[in-house]
Amino acid sequence: MGKTLAEKILSAKSGTEVHAGDIIIVPLDLVFVQDSTGPLTLRQLKESGLDTIHNPKRTILFIDHSVPSPARELANDHMFLRSFAEEKGVILSDIGEGICHQLVAESFASPGDVIVGADSHTVTAGALGALATGMGSTDVAIAIALGKTWLRVPETIKVVVHGRFAKGVYAKDLILHLIGQMGADGATYKALEFGGETVTMMTMSERLTVANMVVEAGAKAGLFPSDSITRSYLASQGRGKQYIALQPDDDATYESMIEIDATQLEPTVSKPHTVDNVALAKELKGVRVDQVFIGTCTNGRLDDLGIAATILEGRRRHPHTRLIVAPASKKVLLAAEAAGYIKILVESGASIVPPGCAACLGAHQGVLGDGETCVSTANRNFKGRMGNPAGFIYLASPATAAATAICGEITDPREVW
Amino acid sequence: MLRGKAFKFGDSISTDHIVPGRLLRFRSNLPELAKHAFEDVDPEFAKRVASGDFIVAGENFGLGSSREHAPLVIKMLGVSAVLAKSVARIFFRNAINIGLPVLICDTDKIDDGDKLEVNLKAGEIKNLTKKVQLSFSKMPGVMLRILDEGGLIPYIKKYKSFNVKPGANSNRR
Repeated sequence: MGKTLAEKILSAKSGTEVHAGDIIIVPLDLVFVQDSTGPLTLRQLKESGLDTIHNPKRTILFIDHSVPSPARELANDHMFLRSFAEEKGVILSDIGEGICHQLVAESFASPGDVIVGADSHTVTAGALGALATGMGSTDVAIAIALGKTWLRVPETIKVVVHGRFAKGVYAKDLILHLIGQMGADGATYKALEFGGETVTMMTMSERLTVANMVVEAGAKAGLFPSDSITRSYLASQGRGKQYIALQPDDDATYESMIEIDATQLEPTVSKPHTVDNVALAKELKGVRVDQVFIGTCTNGRLDDLGIAATILEGRRRHPHTRLIVAPASKKVLLAAEAAGYIKILVESGASIVPPGCAACLGAHQGVLGDGETCVSTANRNFKGRMGNPAGFIYLASPATAAATAICGEITDPREVW
Repeated sequence: MLRGKAFKFGDSISTDHIVPGRLLRFRSNLPELAKHAFEDVDPEFAKRVASGDFIVAGENFGLGSSREHAPLVIKMLGVSAVLAKSVARIFFRNAINIGLPVLICDTDKIDDGDKLEVNLKAGEIKNLTKKVQLSFSKMPGVMLRILDEGGLIPYIKKYKSFNVKPGANSNRR
């Protein structure tokens, strides 16, 4: 009986032949929290009475959501995480390093790994062929102590993508289109597995963008095969030895199959207040935009900043449109600086904020005013997400975001090229 | 037996609606955070809800962020169970892990303010106001056992690990 990627990874890790529907105990290769879920996780860990850290070298506390701290309570939460890391010898990733999911991709996740994180976007590491999923603080507390968790092996929906993206169309448009088609609960409890010749051509950054957002369709995991792209990416991060090839079996059983013709995709936008409420950018011309935010675990990587810089070079943001840029990690910031992107973005009127989650989650660094509209490259546009229930959030690619910053209204990037 | 009145919400209530990100600074102060539960959907909810009451929602309740603070504030306000047509994966696990029952049922048959009676063992929901009876879907055995112990922390205190036998809990289709 052939296996999907999820079944292959979970069979190998659990040491038994598992198939969709099985409930299993699986050892974990990496467990992490971030500063908005971590303090509760550590309190639950203490409450459990399990005074053990299964593997401190594979347990990470990321301080990335509210960095640097905008409030005394959060500063105290950060102190708690730092003192725990020092006491127990787990890894601390402090302010300035970047977003947990980006750092997990750069430095920790490998093909075939099983990863849990106290953050829903833990699915991002599926881009590297890791079965990575988000859980709450209590599950992750127990995972830190025991080094294992229970899982139901998910059914898999196969997404096959054919053809090349047209100019101005990106991985973000693909995943927004897919979520629009499936709905925000179209993959609940299931895995999405990506294949087709478009996928074999997608860069690791593009794969990370797609995997990142599968949770917006409710998915437990979003899996990419591990192939030559994965091998080159790992090598570029100094982790070439961690490469293993990983492909689903030809006779794997899928719950359903979705085929997408990438050549037919156009710049796509999620409208307020749900991610599956999609439209084409060109249909939204005339929507005035007060703020553009480029960054996050979805689209804050070097190529994302590069696309924005290419569009904004020699141009200025619209006078009524603020532009905020947050590199996803220190590495991204340094590379963007070296490539000249930061200079271009700053000259075009951007505010560069430190590597981290920034304005995405509504705590700081770009909270919207009443009635204001933001075009964001993030992954969520729920009412109140950016700190104000009276704000309106549209999700888009970095290209659409940059074009919008120039024009002051939602703009198809093909118009400004 | 659980008894209380229904607080009805629609579809797609995210964990951002339950505990908004702008209140991130109260994540380590749950009593303060609880005062703001659902305030962007129903500003009076935290004041009106009484011990034993039920959250009754539509599709995909609890989608989005993994923040466990969402089911925690619901429980802290005295809510005895969440009833929904469907519920997002992480919220489902989180709620069970803290001992908050989540029951999947046809919530179209419940209106805001209806008086409900729930028998968890028998799998029955009685809408006393409308005089109709509903059933709810069975959850996986491992989750039932965690819920029976009052959540994952008491479960782990008792068993020290997961007492799931590999292959014993298959619900393959």
